This record gives sequence, C-alpha cells and structure tokens, in this order.
Amino acid sequence: MNTETSKKPNVNLIKGQTIKGKWHHHSYYVIRKLGSGAIGTVYLCVHHNQQVALKVSKQSTSISSEVNVLKGLKKVQGHHLGPSLIDVDDFIAPNGHVYAFYVMEYISGDSLPDFIRRNGQDRLFTLLMGFVKDLDMLHRQGYVFGDLKLDNLIVSRNPVRLRWVDVGGTTLIGRSIKEYTEFYDRAYWQMGTRRAEPSYDLFALAMVVLRIYYPNGFTKGSNPKKILQQKINLAISSPSIKQLLLKMISGEITEANQVKDFLVHYFTREKRKRRGATKRNDEHYYPLLEILSILTISGGCYLYMTLFM
Amino acid sequence: MKTGTLKQILLITDGCSNQGEDPAQVATIIAEQGITVNVIGILEDDDTEEPTGLLEVEEIASCGQGVSQIVYKQILSQTVQAVTKQAMTETLQGVVNQELKQILGNQQTMEELPPEQRGEVMEVVDELGETCDLEVLVLVDTSASMANKLPTVQEALIDLSISMNARIGRSRFSVYQFPGRKKAIHQLVDWTGKLDSITAIFSKLASGGVTPTGPALKEAMHQFGKKSLRRRFLPNEYGNIEEA
Repeated sequence: MNTETSKKPNVNLIKGQTIKGKWHHHSYYVIRKLGSGAIGTVYLCVHHNQQVALKVSKQSTSISSEVNVLKGLKKVQGHHLGPSLIDVDDFIAPNGHVYAFYVMEYISGDSLPDFIRRNGQDRLFTLLMGFVKDLDMLHRQGYVFGDLKLDNLIVSRNPVRLRWVDVGGTTLIGRSIKEYTEFYDRAYWQMGTRRAEPSYDLFALAMVVLRIYYPNGFTKGSNPKKILQQKINLAISSPSIKQLLLKMISGEITEANQVKDFLVHYFTREKRKRRGATKRNDEHYYPLLEILSILTISGGCYLYMTLFM
Repeated sequence: MKTGTLKQILLITDGCSNQGEDPAQVATIIAEQGITVNVIGILEDDDTEEPTGLLEVEEIASCGQGVSQIVYKQILSQTVQAVTKQAMTETLQGVVNQELKQILGNQQTMEELPPEQRGEVMEVVDELGETCDLEVLVLVDTSASMANKLPTVQEALIDLSISMNARIGRSRFSVYQFPGRKKAIHQLVDWTGKLDSITAIFSKLASGGVTPTGPALKEAMHQFGKKSLRRRFLPNEYGNIEEA
C-alpha cells in the first residue's frame, strides 16, 4: 500500500497529448513542458482556447496539499496572490496508472534576470516594492511562501509586476517549511530555523537579489554569515540597499512591510538627491544668464541709440 | 486525535550487502512491527547509471514499507529530509486509509476519493504529519568505500534534525554505524532531540569489505524496543527533550 507511490513511474506528457479529467471531464491539450520541480512537472496546455498551466505529479498527496493552499489563497483574492486555481482532477495515463493534477492560470512573462538585463538595475527595486506588498498580504493570511527563488518568480507584462508562480512550498505559519532550495534557505546558511515565519521569506528574498548579481551562486564555506556579508558588500553599491539586505539576512527585519517602507524611503531620498543635483546645475548657469541678458539689453539700447538718435 | 509516534529506520549505504540474512526479508519483519524502513543509496560522482549494487536499495525499502532514493552525494541533505517527510506522509496516509476503509467499507482509499474530499482528508494528513512525534534511527554503512562520503552524510543528518525540529511535534534521532567491531552495529549517538552538535561522529571506519546489511537492520529494530524499556525507568529523559 505504502509503496504504491514509489513504484509508480514518473509521468511524462508529450506535445499534442490530450489530458481528460476523470471526475470533471475537462480536456487539456498539451503544448509544452514549462518546468519540473521536486514534486511534479508543469505543462503549458490549452483549454477552451485559453492558455493554462497544468501541474501533474505521481504524488497525489502533494497535489492535494498544494491545491489546499491555492484554495486558501483564493478565498481572499480580489487581489491576485499567486496564480488562481482553475481545476483539480485525476487522469488515467496510457500505462494504466492514475495521476493527480491541477490546473491554474498561466502567467506569461520574463524571468527576473532577463527583465533586469533589458530594463536596467533600477527597475529591480521598484518591482521588489510591489512584490513585498504581496508578500505582506500572504503573511497576513497566515502563510509563508517558503520556496522563494528566481525559478519561482516571473515578471508579468500587463501590468509589469513581479509574481510568484509555484506555491509548492507555501506553508502555514508556525509549521515546518514544506519545500526549500538550499541556496535560498536560511537554515542552510545557519541563519535561523526552518520554521515558517515571515522572516524566512525575507531571507530568501535577499538571496533572490544576490542571485541576480551572482548567477551561479556560491557556497557557504566555513563561515556562512561572513561569506554572505562579503558577497553583499561586493555586489551592491548603494549603502542603504546594502544595509537593507544585511538586515534581511540577519533576521532584524521581521515583516515584509518594513522592507516596503525601507524601499519607499530609499526612493524618495534618491529622488530628492537627484532633484537637488539638478538644481545645483541650474544655479551654476544663473550668473552667466544674468551677464548675457544684461549684455543683450545694453547692446539693444546701444543699437537703438546709435541708429535712431 | 492522538497520533502517537512514527518510527523509522533510515539506512544510508552505497552498496550491496554480502553477509548474513537477506536485508529485504528483515525489512519485512521490521515493517510488521510498525517501523518504516527508508533507504538512501549514494552514487559515486563518476557513476553515470545506477550500479547493480544499488538495486537492493529499492527492494529493502519496498519490503520495509518505506521510501527509497538513489542520489549523488551533493544533494544528499535535501534527499534525506525529503525521504523522511515523504515516508511520514505515506505512513500517515496508510493509517488514514485504514480508517477510511472502516468507515466507507470496501476498498476505498484516499486516492480513489473525488479531488474535493481528498483535499479535506489531506488537510488532516498534513496536520498529523506536523504534530505527530517522530523517531528516526539512522543506520550508516561505514564500509571502506563510504569513507569519502561520510562528511556529507554527517552534514545531511544535521540538516535532517533542523528540518524535523521545525515541526510542531517532537523528533528524536539516534545514529548507528555498521559493521560494528564486535556486534552488528555500533552506536554513535544515543536518542537525542537535536543532532546539531554532532561533530566528527564517524571517526572509526571499519576496514574490510563486509557489508552485513541484514544483521544490522535486525539489530537496529531491537534498539527501538530497548529504548522504550529504558524510558519506562527514566521518565525524565523525555521531559528534557521537550524543553529543548
């Protein structure tokens, strides 16, 4: 009984295959594989001329768990927290085994590194500002995202927003994190526990930012905290962002809202600084303008006098 | 609902047993006692396909009602905690399925419920997995070929303890190596709530090519019995862990 899951072969859908639900009888036409994780594989499918993402796994229990999370988020939507759930069902594969799957909204867009390469570093922190607002809302609903990493984020186009696409690691606050990735996991860096708390996500978010600067990652070495501090100091030029990241990895910041406030503060200060800089430039021209205008007026007077008087 | 304690043996090995009883058979007996046997087989870095020696891994886990996984040592940490958690869920699912059969009759299991009801049952399973107590006996093959993998194994065990201690329920671990010098297994760490502080526990390596997996498993099974006996005499032991 117990080994049923382990014996089941991994499911592999091919382009052009049609998946028909056993319970709700909806059909999904497979277009291509979007990606696969520890739990299952996500495919891009078409249903009623609409693109959808379909996640299928041999572990029906994990699918059920994820669906429970998506339903929990759905209850309070209005504001889009993660992809919305469309359908849950089973399908019988040609090999005779039954696989559980669920269907969610397909979010198309660019990966965060691609987006930044195209639009510049500055956009990163504006995107983050919107993102921590969502994160804060998620935390207020009693969940922690858990497996926060570049692969699970997408910059949607219309409107341009940073969004999460996989809720496989989303865990009720107070429980143990369901799914994680070493590089983004604070326990791996010996910077805290693996218990689901808002600060767990904030650590991972700081690592997301670092990962953009270090696409291949780095290992923890013998003094993980020192390595992290070094990498932050080397990558980030702005002292205030540096400070923010250091606070996020040390757990000093415990709420997503604090990150948002920090970023808002950072932007207004930057803007003021920039405005200040342009003003000084203008002032630089003022004496020149004055002399010029005096010269033109007096020149005009001189001409008028010599010509007409 | 009181869940009691889930008991697991986690066998970490890199090869085939070559001495004593058939480990798969021993695993069947252990499973009968309500103890799950999970097996992780470690590949050499230069192995491109699964070597025949590791075929046994799947068989032992299957007989022991547990989970098996064959991995390279780089991802051992993640695997150890994932296997432990998956085995917990499967065991609990088995318990829930038993209940379902009693309530609904015939051969009804979770997998056969409509997705909506399955989700509700899953919520219960998740809740149980988070709150139940867990005991894991880690049995590490320390035959000569494992030497270069042991530091990674140790790291993975510390990581396992971090993961399990983040749960609401209590977790306890003990670590044994095999073959022991005189007995089938040799105790490295007695039952403890946290493995964070273990350093260089695998200092003594057994030389020679014997891998008595079967006898080692059998001996490991008895360690669960022994502990409960001792706990009856030392009620304080458990109390201390609770505080930690």
